[in-house]
Amino acid sequence: LSRRARLSLFALAGGGLAAVMVIAFTGLPDFGAYHGVYGRVIDGIGVHLRHGTDLITLLNFDVRAFDTLGEEFILFASVLGIVLILRQLRGEREEPHEEEAQGEHRFAGASAALRALALGLIPTILVVGAYIVVHGQITPGGGFQGGVILATGPLGAFLAGRYLRMKAIAPHLLTEWGDAIGAAGYALLGLSGLVFAGIFLKNYIPLGIPGHLLSGGQLDVASVFVGLEVSGAFLVAWTQFLDQAMVVKGGQR
Amino acid sequence: MTVLQIAALAAVAVGGAAVVLAPDPLRQVVVLGIYGLSLTMLFFVFQDPDVALSEIVVSTVGLPVMVLLALRKVAEQQRQRKEQEQGDES
Repeated sequence: LSRRARLSLFALAGGGLAAVMVIAFTGLPDFGAYHGVYGRVIDGIGVHLRHGTDLITLLNFDVRAFDTLGEEFILFASVLGIVLILRQLRGEREEPHEEEAQGEHRFAGASAALRALALGLIPTILVVGAYIVVHGQITPGGGFQGGVILATGPLGAFLAGRYLRMKAIAPHLLTEWGDAIGAAGYALLGLSGLVFAGIFLKNYIPLGIPGHLLSGGQLDVASVFVGLEVSGAFLVAWTQFLDQAMVVKGGQR
Repeated sequence: MTVLQIAALAAVAVGGAAVVLAPDPLRQVVVLGIYGLSLTMLFFVFQDPDVALSEIVVSTVGLPVMVLLALRKVAEQQRQRKEQEQGDES
């Protein structure tokens, strides 16, 4: 096909698609219009039923906790894949780059201000992350969001120009165990529901008072496990990438 | 729809196009992060703070870190290959 023929074909197809899209979009219900029943039911009885005020977390970790189990293991398996693919390949030597050998990488020359800011951010980020994990059942947020925030904490040490120091804050062993314990803990929480309440992932933990830190029954427990798993998973993945970029020399030959 | 929602939708449309049109992968990562921020605003003004929280961390830190490190590794391997070829020629 000549360039002209291809362009006219594209114009035809693109124009047709645009026309169909316009027709489809004009037929959409108004923003906020909801005709389902499920959402209204959850809205109506959610807080009363489980004493958690963030209905999203209530859905994720109680009403549809089984879906979350699957999602959690998707993350677990993908991180496992990263570790498997990025394991030390033949022909690669693990040795710190010259800059690393001096304890700092090439951005380290930046400025004292960047270093102070990055290092000062670490505890702040960790506190915010922990807050979001444990308040998942009360306010927006929860295990996943808090977990990713927690994982970004140690990256501050890397930004400050000290990758090896970051590995001291978050060593391989710790992050891998965090990942594994988080994933296993969630599954075990489900199994304990089978034992104590007769149904997998059914809540049997006292519900507490709505709005209090320890409320919502299994919401908080599941949130903490997911937070542990997610922060571990992200740190394992990032450390693998950082190892490849900073420590492992060579590659495919 | 409020003005904020229309503005957020427009920002996402412009941002998405900017990510695709950015020529250099390194700059593309930065634009991608900004696009993620506009997506965060979109989720927020459409009343989904939970997803907004996930989006802000994953798109501004999680993804860029991985892409930047991968780019660095690729650049390093290309440099090594070039050095090796030059070594073979001489």
